[in-house]
Amino acid sequence: MIEFSLWDIFSNLLLAARWTVALSLVAFIGGGLIGLTLLVLRLTGKPVLVRSINTYTQIFQGTPLLMQLFLLYFGIGLLGIDTSAWVSASIALTLYTSAYLAEIWRGCVESIPRGQWEASKSLAMSFGQLLTHVILPQALKIAVPPTVGFLVQVVKGTALASVVGFVELTKAGGMIANVTFAPLLVYSCVALVYFALCFPISLYARFLERKLHVARR
Amino acid sequence: MSLAAEQTTANAPLATPHTNVGAPIVRITALRKSYGSNEVLKGIDLDVKRGEVIAIIGKSGSGKSTLLRCINGLEVFQEGSLTVDSKPLIHESAMAMRELRLRVGMIFQSFNLFPHLSVGRNVMLAPQLVKKKETQANTERARQLLDRVGLAEKFDAMPDQLSGGQQQRVAIARALAMDPAVLLCDEITSALDPELVGEVLRVVESLANEGMTLLMVTHEMNFARKVADRVIFMHQGRVHEAGSPEELFGNPQTAELKQFLSSLH
Amino acid sequence: MPILEQWPALLKGAALTVGLTAAATFIGTLLAVSCAWSRVYGPLLFRWVAGAYVEAIRNTPFIIQLFFLFFGLPAAGVKLSPLTASVIAMVVNLGAYAAEIIRAGIEATPRGQIEAAQSLAMNHAQIFLRVILPPALKKVWPALVSQVTIVMLGSAVCGQISTEELSFATNLIQSRNFRAFEAYIIGTAMYLVLAIALRHFLTWFGRRFLFGR
Ligand SMILES: Nc1ncnc2c1ncn2[C@@H]1O[C@H](COP(=O)(O)OP(=O)(O)OP(=O)(O)O)[C@@H](O)[C@H]1O
Ligand SMILES: [Mg+2]
Repeated sequence: MIEFSLWDIFSNLLLAARWTVALSLVAFIGGGLIGLTLLVLRLTGKPVLVRSINTYTQIFQGTPLLMQLFLLYFGIGLLGIDTSAWVSASIALTLYTSAYLAEIWRGCVESIPRGQWEASKSLAMSFGQLLTHVILPQALKIAVPPTVGFLVQVVKGTALASVVGFVELTKAGGMIANVTFAPLLVYSCVALVYFALCFPISLYARFLERKLHVARR
Repeated sequence: MSLAAEQTTANAPLATPHTNVGAPIVRITALRKSYGSNEVLKGIDLDVKRGEVIAIIGKSGSGKSTLLRCINGLEVFQEGSLTVDSKPLIHESAMAMRELRLRVGMIFQSFNLFPHLSVGRNVMLAPQLVKKKETQANTERARQLLDRVGLAEKFDAMPDQLSGGQQQRVAIARALAMDPAVLLCDEITSALDPELVGEVLRVVESLANEGMTLLMVTHEMNFARKVADRVIFMHQGRVHEAGSPEELFGNPQTAELKQFLSSLH
Repeated sequence: MPILEQWPALLKGAALTVGLTAAATFIGTLLAVSCAWSRVYGPLLFRWVAGAYVEAIRNTPFIIQLFFLFFGLPAAGVKLSPLTASVIAMVVNLGAYAAEIIRAGIEATPRGQIEAAQSLAMNHAQIFLRVILPPALKKVWPALVSQVTIVMLGSAVCGQISTEELSFATNLIQSRNFRAFEAYIIGTAMYLVLAIALRHFLTWFGRRFLFGR
């Protein structure tokens, strides 16, 4: 039997963690773009759009990410496209992220006082001008802390991509645990790597949150 | 608005005496209290006799609230001593604090009713938990006391359904339910709309007339003049001047008190 | 549709998902309250331990917590059944998130209410349980309901250690009849129904049994 040193385990996990990071970034950036689009569409206030976007967020927030991953994995296959785990996981996580971010940001926009909208409209600004010059800049400030906070959820969410066979940190951990017969050690290391990724982001989000509160006082 | 207080007094007797009439029930000696390096009470001496009604007046920041809060142990003081019914206040002893607070009730400027409990439950909670009073007697007493403050019909209402004046009267009933020997009132009408002040003061007055020992911080000078046996003027953490209402309001001795009184008009 | 013939299996799975969630909610909330108390009022050591626990759980994925319990612990001589591991993982997970939610509620208690209780001679335990906690829970109840829903949805992962809950049942069906997409659509729809029902139930439950009128 081959002996594995702690360093072997760790270095392999760190290599796999690159994919966790990559998947997180893809989902976060992609989800952010789609989320922003959804937000703007929703702000137009057209009933059809509002209703469809509500349904969209309700579905993604009301079903397990795991099931979403499977659905996309099998769904894309059904279209006759050869699916890789990477593609289906990226798409699923992107959509999942977009739904949550759209909802978080909607809350931020809604916390901007009604008077701001009315004032801008009374100045004859167009909808686009109103959004880009008045509402979104103000909303952006309060949106940053919860958005950074949600990044932690995304990073943790990528762990589920292991289930459709994408080799990131969790999947690599499972494989290494199988060959080393040291699951306790390996899963502890995996947890530690996730913690090292997530904890600084959590701290940063909390720092931003506090700063915002101080500024608003 | 006519208050039922006078007529129903007989239903709701106050606490049975803990000490003999005339003996000091609260005795404060050389009490000093600081927040960090800021000394707020600079040596207070005060004896309160049973049944005495004391009004504490003074400028904002002179330490009136701090003094009251020391008396029932909400604030820790650094020097001096404080006894209630000859029992010393010892912050470190949970037993001693409990004994003290069983004797000393407090009513706050901001009512501080428990928002999740109905009016009746607000009154009954502490007797149930602290005195292990059985439910029937507890309910009966709560009803009596609410009747006394003119709120018999609000037994099942929630605090947020009441006006400020009504909430404050519930707070009085809640404090009375523990049968305290001394009642501390810290500007209990300051948070009220002017038209609601009267109903609360009338309740306090009826308590005073029945021999409840009262220490009240107040800005209602007319009320203090009418009800108090003794008025204490605090200035910069000291008892600057004390005496009967006639003396203090009619013939103030110190420049500070004169200035304070003239600033009110 | 042949998949609908499998409904007993799906219902059984859904029932276990509900059962897991119920157990986790009940025990997890108790854990969360003790933890929140520790973080706000506890002795220094308690604060520290509770803080470390909350951060450890909130910054690692649920699936890793579950695998650690189920695959990792046997190496240390602790062998858990899939069901036990699932319940523990869910309790521990909900406990950490709910602790932070409840802590926020506790910290929002106006000082005056605590002082009023103190002046009525109530002791620390009485004040916490009877004066601080009930309004705090009421205030954060919507957030708690959301968190319970998230944990319920997260429990789909428990199928990965062959706990026979709803996602496991879904997977079983698709492996029998090879119509994976259909199976997952139905399984997912059932989760959606459960999530909506759970939210309504808990909101109603809070109003009816916890917070009076
Ligand atoms: N918790 C605290 N920490 C630090 N300083 C305090 C605190 N509470 C009160 N003080 C200070 O103690 C002094 C006395 O305050 P206190 O509340 O007793 O005044 P007061 O006479 O009741 O005034 P007011 O009429 O405004 O209620 C003030 O200078 C105040 O700033
Ligand atoms: Mg004051």
